[in-house]
Amino acid sequence: MIQLVSFYIFASIVIASAAMVIFARNPVHSVLWLIVAFFNAAGLMVLIGAEFIAMLLVIVYVGAVAVLFLFVVMMLDIDFAELRAGFVKNVPLGLLLAVVLAPELVLGIGAYQAGAVTLGTPEAGAATVSAAVPNIEAIGGLLYSKYVFMFETAGLILLVAMVGAIVLTHRKSHGTRGQSISSQVQRRPEDATRNVNQPVGQGIEL
Amino acid sequence: MIGIEHYLVVSSILFVMGVLGIFLNRKNVIIILMAIELILLAVNINLVAFSVFLGDLTGQIFAMFVLTVAAGEAAIGLAILVIYFRGRGTIAVDDVNRMKG
Repeated sequence: MIQLVSFYIFASIVIASAAMVIFARNPVHSVLWLIVAFFNAAGLMVLIGAEFIAMLLVIVYVGAVAVLFLFVVMMLDIDFAELRAGFVKNVPLGLLLAVVLAPELVLGIGAYQAGAVTLGTPEAGAATVSAAVPNIEAIGGLLYSKYVFMFETAGLILLVAMVGAIVLTHRKSHGTRGQSISSQVQRRPEDATRNVNQPVGQGIEL
Repeated sequence: MIGIEHYLVVSSILFVMGVLGIFLNRKNVIIILMAIELILLAVNINLVAFSVFLGDLTGQIFAMFVLTVAAGEAAIGLAILVIYFRGRGTIAVDDVNRMKG
């Protein structure tokens, strides 16, 4: 019972905040509603026992992606009122699409509920969910054994994304003195210093 | 008791919200990126729900990879947005035809 009540609370907040994301006038508010949506989606996932993905959602989406959005929205000086100009013009087409698409999706789910589609069972060698093993432990065991190459590929994708983002946004700044590692390492003592036999009583020539 | 239908309905509504967001805010690329995040969230809810109700953990692993790709996509998208803004002083994307492609 309490599961059902909390499901409806989480689900309605997710949907309401998703609506606020796309309808909010100010993009900063949109980002904040996006954070609310992610938190409640994490709640939905905890509810059916997928704790790892739920925590990942909070850490990755709320902690990284949403903050990135917030940072960019606040950093750029944008006239948001001008960007909303076409909003009303696009409403009919968008609503038409939504009104067609949503019942289609729900119709498929209705077909399942009516018994036209069955869910199937996992195949023989698949890793199954069991109550004895905690979710995080089970996922860890699977991730580092069967899916280890995919896991490493995911790391590689993140590396490429990081390098790409840096290369795209990096600007050579003028007026600052950066390091030039190669020339600094190549420098020899004989190029930079000299030995003089300084006569007594004379000034030093620099 | 919660069934898989509950989760599927929530995720399909969320998906439609994302698509609607792309259609409504055609000029504002930040909102478009956020709508894409909503769509990927819907996909993740779907994967996790099927994984749990089917009793197969693979779906949750896949949800993690979707999360990875979403993070990378947001980073690259926002980087492109920043350089686009630097070059043009606006982020209205409905007239991106500078390259005449």
